[in-house]
Amino acid sequence: MLFKSEIIKCGDNVDTDVIIPARYLNSSDPKELAAHVFDDLDPNLKQKIKKGCILVAGKNFGCGSSREHAPIAIKASGISCVIAVSFARIFYRNAINIGLPILECKEAVEEAEEGDEFIVDFETGKIQNVTKDRSYNAGGFPPFIKEIITKGGIISFAAERMKQNV
Amino acid sequence: MGMTITQKILADHTGKKYVEPGELILADVDMVLGNDITAPVAIKEFYKSGCKKVFDRKKIALVPDHFAPNKDIKSAQQCKTVRDFAREQGIENYFEVGKMGIEHALLPEKGMVVPGDLVIGADSHTCTYGALGAFSTGVGSSDMAAAMMMGKIWFKVPETIKFIFNGKLNPWVTGKDLILYTIGQIGVDGALYKAMEFSGEAITSLSMDERFSITNMAVEAGAKSGIIAPDQKTIKYVEERSNKPYNIYESDDDAEYSEIFEFDCSQIEPQVALPHLPENTVGISSIDHILIDQVVIGSCTNGRIEDMRAAAKILKNQKVHPYVRLIIIPATQEVYLQCIKEGIIEIFIEAGAVVSTPTCGPCLGGYMGILAEGEKALATTNRNFVGRMGHPKSEVYLSNPAVAAASAVMGRIASPEEVIKNAV
Ligand code: SF4
Repeated sequence: MLFKSEIIKCGDNVDTDVIIPARYLNSSDPKELAAHVFDDLDPNLKQKIKKGCILVAGKNFGCGSSREHAPIAIKASGISCVIAVSFARIFYRNAINIGLPILECKEAVEEAEEGDEFIVDFETGKIQNVTKDRSYNAGGFPPFIKEIITKGGIISFAAERMKQNV
Repeated sequence: MGMTITQKILADHTGKKYVEPGELILADVDMVLGNDITAPVAIKEFYKSGCKKVFDRKKIALVPDHFAPNKDIKSAQQCKTVRDFAREQGIENYFEVGKMGIEHALLPEKGMVVPGDLVIGADSHTCTYGALGAFSTGVGSSDMAAAMMMGKIWFKVPETIKFIFNGKLNPWVTGKDLILYTIGQIGVDGALYKAMEFSGEAITSLSMDERFSITNMAVEAGAKSGIIAPDQKTIKYVEERSNKPYNIYESDDDAEYSEIFEFDCSQIEPQVALPHLPENTVGISSIDHILIDQVVIGSCTNGRIEDMRAAAKILKNQKVHPYVRLIIIPATQEVYLQCIKEGIIEIFIEAGAVVSTPTCGPCLGGYMGILAEGEKALATTNRNFVGRMGHPKSEVYLSNPAVAAASAVMGRIASPEEVIKNAV
C-alpha cells in the first residue's frame, strides 16, 4: 500500500466526539457518517479533504469513546491514511480492525506543514515528506497485525479461523 | 521476573505461564459486551462474515442503554437489531427495557463479571470492571464481532502504572475525586495504552461503588484498563451476586511498573474538571462563582446507590435553585428500586429534581437533558468534551454527586459544606 498526497493537519487530543458527534451515531452508514466528519472540530476541515489525502495529527488522536464510527467516517471521507504522534488505543485498534492505515511518527508530524506532499509506504512504515525533502521510519507492523490486515481486517481473520476449526 | 495482576490474568487466558508488556497475544474472553450503538455494527459484521452461531451464548451481554427507551425511530431500529439478534442466538444476558440499566453498573450488579475474568466490551468504559480485579477493556464493534465468533481477541500486553493513595480521605472526597485528581496530574494521555493499578490504604477504605467510579475513568487518562486487587469487600460483593467461579490474582512484589505515583490524600479536596477535558481539574475551593443551568447526577461513573444516597443527603429539605434543572438518573432498575425503598426518590422530587428511568441519556448528549448554546452543566459523568452534552458551544463540568447536588441547590458550582452549613 503506497499513498502519495498533499497532507492536511490537525492538532493534539482530537477526540471521537469531534470526529463524529454522538448526535449522528443513530446511523452506521459510512456515507452518512462521512458527511458529518469533523463537524464540531472545524467545519472548514471537511472542505479540504480530497480523495486519497493524508491526515497528519498530533498526539492522542481519536481519544474518547470506542465508537468505530470515527475511523469509519474518516475512511469513508476519502482520507487514505492517518499519521499521528500517537493514537488513543481504542481508535488504534478500530483503525486496524476496519482497515484504515495508520502510522505513528512524531518527527514526521512535527516537521510537516499543511499542504506538504507526502509519500507513505504502509508495508515498511517509510514516510517521505517530498516538499521538505525529509524521510522517516515509522516502523512496520508486527507480523501478527499484518496477518489481520492481509486477511482484510479482523472479521475476515476471524471468519477464516472459524472455517479452519470446523 | 514477577508479573502484575494484569499480566497474570492475560497469561492465564492465553495458556501461558508468562507474558511481557508489548507482547501480542490472542486471548480467550469470559464476557463480550455490546450496547445499542455498538452492537448493531458488530451484528452486521457478524452476519456479513457468514458466521451463524456465537461462540457461547452465555458469554455475551447485550444491553441497550444509550438511546433506550428508544429516543427516536433510528434508535428504535438499532434496539430492534439487538433484540432480534439476542432472540435468534438465544443470548442469555440480554436486558430489555424494564430490566436494563447502564451496562457498566449492570454487569457487576448482576454478578456477570467476577475477579480474574477477561472481559471486552464495545464501549470505552468497559474498563469499569477492573474494580473487581478483572481485566476489562473497551474495544470496537469489529473486535466485538470477531470475539462473538471466535471467543478470542488480540491484545498487546500493556505496561502498568501503579498509583498508591496514602492517608485518609478528607470530608466529601470520594473515589470520583481521586480519579479526577489523578487524571489532572497525569493528563488525558498520561496512561496511554497502559494499565492503571490503584492501591494504598485510601483505596482499601473505599466501598465497591466508589472503586467502580475510579476504574470507570481509567480510559479518561488514555489507559487500556484500570485494576484494583480484590480484597474481602470484593469477595463479599461478588459472592452476594454470582455463582461463577472466580480467581484472585495479585501483583508480585518484583513486578515491573513503567511508573509509580504516590499521592497523599490529605492534600486532595473534592475535584471539579473544567471544560473541555477531564484533565482540567481543580479543587472545589478554587472555583469562583460559576453559574450553572443544569445538573446531571447519574451515568456509569456515579449512578449507583451510594451516589444516590450522597445526593439525597444534600438535597433533603432543600430546593433546587430556580435557575437550575436537576436531572437524576439511577443507573439500574435495582438502584432505582432501592432509592424508592429508602425514600430517596421522594427527597429528590420534593427538592424539585426530575428522576428518570435508567439510561445513558444526557451523558453523551443523547436525550433527556440536552444543553442549548452557551449553557453550562455540572455532571457526575466522565467526559466534558466539546458538545458532549449538547450544543458545541455548551459546557460540561465534572464532579462527585455531593458537589453536584450542592451546586444544584446553590445555582453555582458549590461545595457540599455550603448547603449543609446553610441547612443548620
Ligand atoms: S453513562 Fe455515559 S459514559 Fe457511561 S456508558 Fe453511558 S454514555 Fe457511556
